[in-house]
Amino acid sequence: MKREITLRVNNKDEVIVIDDADTLLEVLRDRLKLWSVRESCGVGACGSCTVLLDGRPASSCFLLAARTTGHDIVTLEGLGDGAELHYIQEAFVSQRALQCAYCTPGFILSVKALLDETPEPSDEEIREYLAGNLCRCAGYADILRAVRVAQDKKKSLAFKE
Amino acid sequence: MANLAIVGQSVYRTDANPKVTGRALHVGNIEMPGMLHVAVLRSPYPHARIRHIDKSRAEALAGVAVVLTGAEIAKMPAVDAHFGPAFRDQPILAVEKVCYAGDPVVAVAAVDKRLAEDALQLVEVDYEPLPAVFDVLEAVTPESALVHEQHRPAKAFADLAHVQAGRQSNICYHFKLRTGDVERAFAEADRVFEDTFSSPAAQHVPMEPHVTLVYLDEHERLNVWTASQSPSYVRTELSATFGIPMNRIRVRVPYLGGGYGAKLYAKLEPLVTILALITKKPVRYALTREEEFLTITKHKVVTRIQTAIKDGTVTARKCEVYWDTGAYAEIGPRIGHKSGYTSAGPYRIPNVCIDSYCVYTNRVPAGAFRGFGVPQVIWAYDSQTDMIARAIGADPVEFRLKPALDEGEPFATGTIVRSFGIKEAIREAAQAIEWSKPRAAPSGTKSRGKGIAAGVKAVLTPSISGAIVILNADGTANVLSSTVEMGQGSETTMGQIVAEELGISLEQVHIVQPDTDATPYDTITAGSRSTYHMGNAARSAAAKIKAELCEVVAARLEVAADDLVAGKGRIFVRGMEERGMTVGEIFLAKFGSLGTTLAAEAVCQPAASHMDPETGQSEKCTEYWFPSATAAEVEVDTETGQVKVLQLVSVGDTGTSINPRHCEQQLLGAALTHLGLTLFEEMVFDEGQLVNGSLLDYQIASFKDMPESVRPIVVQVPHEDGPFGAKGAGETGALTVAPAIANAIEDAVGVRICDLPITAEKILRALTDKEGTAVSIGSTTS
Repeated sequence: MKREITLRVNNKDEVIVIDDADTLLEVLRDRLKLWSVRESCGVGACGSCTVLLDGRPASSCFLLAARTTGHDIVTLEGLGDGAELHYIQEAFVSQRALQCAYCTPGFILSVKALLDETPEPSDEEIREYLAGNLCRCAGYADILRAVRVAQDKKKSLAFKE
Repeated sequence: MANLAIVGQSVYRTDANPKVTGRALHVGNIEMPGMLHVAVLRSPYPHARIRHIDKSRAEALAGVAVVLTGAEIAKMPAVDAHFGPAFRDQPILAVEKVCYAGDPVVAVAAVDKRLAEDALQLVEVDYEPLPAVFDVLEAVTPESALVHEQHRPAKAFADLAHVQAGRQSNICYHFKLRTGDVERAFAEADRVFEDTFSSPAAQHVPMEPHVTLVYLDEHERLNVWTASQSPSYVRTELSATFGIPMNRIRVRVPYLGGGYGAKLYAKLEPLVTILALITKKPVRYALTREEEFLTITKHKVVTRIQTAIKDGTVTARKCEVYWDTGAYAEIGPRIGHKSGYTSAGPYRIPNVCIDSYCVYTNRVPAGAFRGFGVPQVIWAYDSQTDMIARAIGADPVEFRLKPALDEGEPFATGTIVRSFGIKEAIREAAQAIEWSKPRAAPSGTKSRGKGIAAGVKAVLTPSISGAIVILNADGTANVLSSTVEMGQGSETTMGQIVAEELGISLEQVHIVQPDTDATPYDTITAGSRSTYHMGNAARSAAAKIKAELCEVVAARLEVAADDLVAGKGRIFVRGMEERGMTVGEIFLAKFGSLGTTLAAEAVCQPAASHMDPETGQSEKCTEYWFPSATAAEVEVDTETGQVKVLQLVSVGDTGTSINPRHCEQQLLGAALTHLGLTLFEEMVFDEGQLVNGSLLDYQIASFKDMPESVRPIVVQVPHEDGPFGAKGAGETGALTVAPAIANAIEDAVGVRICDLPITAEKILRALTDKEGTAVSIGSTTS
């Protein structure tokens, strides 16, 4: 069934007509053209389509769009101020934590949620938290370093405030 | 390497910004007005004749533009219904019969994807099941069902020109190597070791599944946007398949979301092209993950290997390698050949006999997978090398080092090896893992062990890369290259090479992405060949431009051109930086204007010598080699069979590193991917039906699988003809992971696993067999 819904995406209300069967991934990509959100496994197992739903990582391929009204949805396009790179993005650049980078948007959002939840995670906590994001280039060692760099930056920014 | 400004520096990736913002262009992000979407009906049978297809109800559905069958394609004049790089054996859509469960049978193009899928539900296909063959060893027997009645060579690549039209057999390619007197050496041996090793089919799992978009432009030219590692080949294949002149086909490839060999040659392009030609509309086909599993796999391989030992030395080796290439040969024959000739190892063995068979079965087609088949043959020969060392009481490291080839010695093919850092690699690996230190005592049910493995891959030869460099009057440059940036960092590498040669900064170099309207031919982006081949082409093209610049400066300043060097955007007299001219000044002097460009093309085309079809002997079978070694430390729980890899050290001889950090990243990435392939990845088939074709059921290495300690070590043995001494790095880290882990497991608990993946169940079973006690293991497997 078609219905009109309002989605709160990247701090903006989007009024769209959707089909009940539409996933959040389909709406974000096909309707809102948010290309950072990537389809890969279609079953919520790889993390490529990760978005933040009220600050927590969620697989948008496995969520019906109709069920996400009233929630705050953030994609990589909504991270930071849009003018400069967010410090997590900077950390991924400086630690070379990207290769083909198809998985990178999902990883960056998961790292954001991780550091918001656990400002000083152990290696074990990082591995556990990011285990739902798969990288076939297997740049996990680089991503682990990027998390540490981002963590330090976050701490120093908080200290300045 | 003295006086280099940027080559050898670990500069940051030039593509980092678009990639961390998610703005990098992928084919899936390109939309065209009126674009149609595709869904494909696939065969439920592994081998069956198609009796009848009723598609009338699907065609009647509003929004469906076309419902197409293979029989219709076969009737189209001037269209070849089959394609493929070695044999033209793969139908665009199944014609008359299907050859594997998952074979595309009917395609629908419709206004949206869901509608196309709905239409498929309305198609009825009547099949007559045929006898099928699923086992590679059964497929080579005379009694086996035949997958194809005839084999038609494709003649698309020079290195496959010797592929022959086939007879009534599932063996579509047989490589032979004979050197020395193998029978005599076995007769005179002190001991003979005979073992069989297997590695299963696996999937590449690029995070971006295959996707292709085709449309006709205002001149009715075919425009193809495709996630491919071989844009030049795609154009050639489409031209051959549809009889369209090459200059009326434009193939473009933006950033690739991973390839690893899955996106080589033609995949979706012929089908999407024919749908676009029929509908006259833009058509895009994006595979689902489940379809990806049914499109291409890593070869399942069974290797029988016999080795003769005399006075503690390997005197002869006999290898029979069976490549399960699935229903369509794809690039199997090239793999059977290029990997086949390396299957006795990088060792001084006077008597060698190799038979490498590429074999059709009714399974998902197999192709190249990071390492081009070499990891599978190393799995066999290095595992056995380790078993022999332990059996005869030799130190496994010394047992490899002693017969490892030195510079200037002949490989089994007779080719003299150069830039061959295999001994350095083995020594580095042994040192990194503290090989000679005594092992820790077992703690409870947990035992630790260490393993070393070594092997070598040869680069695909002959192959061709062309590049055009265009220098602009402001000192910036554009590089036209068909190398695909798929994560390996080729844009950065090519940028560094051209910047170095022209004496400009990395920021001043722009790498134009593959576009067959503009970028010259390149064989493939694969096989660790781009840095060497495209790097050489780009460097030579840049050198031609530099020579032109120097000519102008030499005339103006009245100095010898040989005394001039490039640097900081200028051409100046060596050692006298102030005596020179900027690029802008040179352009003004040469053209009287800044409104022009200087362009040059160069082609890198290393040749191979003829290889004797009976003996596999060749004066030069390859342009260069990739020696690899891996060291692993594992902890095995004898109660559960669980293996934990504690340390993984990946060592590779990459030649001189253009970007050392990026070489390290390639080594480690390949190694960690192969850790998953070693311990758990396997496509499981039941009577030809894939049972775990989804990422819920098929596991790949995640963050949790990364060992506590991972370390890449780059060995740099310069290649005299490589760009600045470089070779390549993409696959080296993949080559020796599996045997290193298997060897470490034997070191830890004394059992040997010969069939990948090394699951807890297999270890526990082997431990149980070793103890000779029957213990139920059902509850302890994972």
